[in-house]
Amino acid sequence: MKGENPVTPVDGIPLVAMDAAIEVADLRKTYRGRRTGEVRAVDGVGFRVEAGEFFGILGPNGAGKTTTLEIVEGLRKPDSGEVRLLGRRPWPHSAELTARIGVQLQASSFFEFLTVTEQIETFARLYGASRERAAEMLEQVGLAEKAGVRCEKLSGGQQQRLSIACALVGDPELVFLDEPTAALDPQARRNLWDLMRAINADGRTVVLTTHYMEEAEALCDRVAIMDSGRILAVDSPAELIRELDAPTRVTVAAGQLDEDRVCELAAGDEFVLDGDEVVFETRDARKLLTALASEGALEGLAVRTASLEDVFLHVTGREWRE
Amino acid sequence: MTVETARPERARPGGARAYLALFKATGLGWLRDRSQVFFTILLPLMFMVLLSSVFGSTDSTVPRVLEVGEAPVLDRAEAGEFEIEPAASLDEALTRLEDGEADAAVVQDGQSVTIHHSQANSTAGAIALGKLSALVDRANVDRLSAAAPGEPVLEIDTAAAEGTETRPIQYLAPGILAWGIAISGVFGAAGTIVDWKRDKLMRRLRLTPASVGNFVGAKISVNLAVALVQTAVFLAVAALLFGLELSSWTWFAAPLVLTGTLAFLAIGVVIGGIAKTGPGAAGLSNLVTMPMAFVSGAFWPLALSPDWVQAMSYLSPMRYLNEALQQVVVYGDSPAAVLPQVGILAAFAAAVALIAWRTFRFDEL
Ligand SMILES: Nc1ncnc2c1ncn2[C@@H]1O[C@H](COP(=O)(O)OP(=O)(O)OP(=O)(O)O)[C@@H](O)[C@H]1O
Ligand SMILES: [Mg+2]
Repeated sequence: MKGENPVTPVDGIPLVAMDAAIEVADLRKTYRGRRTGEVRAVDGVGFRVEAGEFFGILGPNGAGKTTTLEIVEGLRKPDSGEVRLLGRRPWPHSAELTARIGVQLQASSFFEFLTVTEQIETFARLYGASRERAAEMLEQVGLAEKAGVRCEKLSGGQQQRLSIACALVGDPELVFLDEPTAALDPQARRNLWDLMRAINADGRTVVLTTHYMEEAEALCDRVAIMDSGRILAVDSPAELIRELDAPTRVTVAAGQLDEDRVCELAAGDEFVLDGDEVVFETRDARKLLTALASEGALEGLAVRTASLEDVFLHVTGREWRE
Repeated sequence: MTVETARPERARPGGARAYLALFKATGLGWLRDRSQVFFTILLPLMFMVLLSSVFGSTDSTVPRVLEVGEAPVLDRAEAGEFEIEPAASLDEALTRLEDGEADAAVVQDGQSVTIHHSQANSTAGAIALGKLSALVDRANVDRLSAAAPGEPVLEIDTAAAEGTETRPIQYLAPGILAWGIAISGVFGAAGTIVDWKRDKLMRRLRLTPASVGNFVGAKISVNLAVALVQTAVFLAVAALLFGLELSSWTWFAAPLVLTGTLAFLAIGVVIGGIAKTGPGAAGLSNLVTMPMAFVSGAFWPLALSPDWVQAMSYLSPMRYLNEALQQVVVYGDSPAAVLPQVGILAAFAAAVALIAWRTFRFDEL
């Protein structure tokens, strides 16, 4: 029957819907070191990723993104909490499950002394994929002309792309990418964005961690904002920003308008007259901009709407630090 | 009611295929790592050159003999058999022997030949003595034959005498080979484990459909293959360049070094589990292999070692590998004769592997 969500217990846990790629409930993980003491890396994390979704986990260094991902992938055991990956427990590993997921770890991990081609062909064989598929993946990540180069001679960005190619070679339904664009120059980062969009457009579910706001905004259907082991907000970037209900900041050069006029245009909204700039914080940017245009006072115009950065500030109570 | 999501059947990655891919990847990596090649192949050969020139220089050189006054018996020597120099008096000759300038001095007084051999270099002295005695025997045989033609004379079989003498290369070669197998096993496994802790490749591989067992198996297989190549190259060089005579049982060195390698790999895994860094692993490996080598009889015959070393040697797996290699490769004993050694090595490998398994913290990988 269509429209009916089957509630079938799998491993004792009822599934709400069949099309969740990932379901995570109340994960906790504390690292205990003899010298470092206790670190609560993951502290009650829960989220759900739908099949085909581009899901982002956004957070500063040490937020617990990698730890969360490693638990979901089945590399680490949580102290408590439940994970379902494509409807199954990720631990203990089963070949059936690992064949359906692709992983790029935060630190590139390659076989030593092998060339790019040898590397990806080895991974291809581990996933039961053909050499043609391996070559295709090199092509897709733009490494075809580096095929004969030893992996240790690749640049950081090229290593990341090879790592992604290795994650994709098994034709996975679900792809985990842990900070793939960290330490890349802006151009390389944009190229990688295109690649990630293409991966998602192929119908694969993508889970991405990042500490770049604009990356999460540009790519993700939904973002989880994470800090100190907790998820503070989950939604689409647009919705998160809308919920913030923050004013738009419109800046023009001072001197085009006298103070009375500025007061009038602000129409009750906040404004700051700051030396050579006027900054309006408006709820109705369209009306203000139309008025400014008819005054001919558009010199030095800058419009800044709220961004994820403001969302982060709002949910954590502190500035974003990069 | 359940919903089946239809997915096209994918080729299931086969275990054997994954194993072969991993064997190829790790094997290629090994071949391209020059330091590995140096460590396993060249270093033992360098040791053989070094040690055979320390212990075995007398073997290749011609005995230096001092002729005190006139010693006509020396005239019968073949060209190049001895390096003969005159000495004016016995006293002068003995002084020169003491200084190590010659290996033996010959005094002939009519029918009596006296041979003084070097104590300073006893091995060289003994060799000179043996060759000089043979020369005197030849002279006697010639004389007897001339005096009584047609009368059969007993001849000494000098070739047989040479065969039973232990030349340095005969105990050096198996010893150095056993040592080479030990260090490449211990250092190799310890280094690999530390690498795995550091480079996270193991974590990545755990997320592929291939099992970790495939990867560990491939890695062990590469080490075993390396041990076989190492043995073949080493014995070939020992035979061709250093005159080691290989027995017809030499092929049995293969199962011996394979069993030995398993034992040494297990030791390396224990070390790799303890060490945190590459240099730490290398240091610990040295700490274990050095004493193991010194008490094993690998570089110096155990019979010439102090009692406590002989007692300690029973604890060193290198002793059993060395002994078994020597018996099979050098003395040509049948494999049955070294079954005890094989058994002890295998038991040792199993015991250490069990320790490794129990102490290893897999979550560190
Ligand atoms: N193996 C470990 N042992 C002990 N503590 C750890 C370990 N791994 C991570 N931590 C600690 O757990 C916390 C979360 O680390 P995690 O790597 O998950 O953060 P992250 O969000 O991925 O950070 P980054 O953006 O720097 O990658 C950090 O405080 C870190 O110091
Ligand atoms: Mg991380």
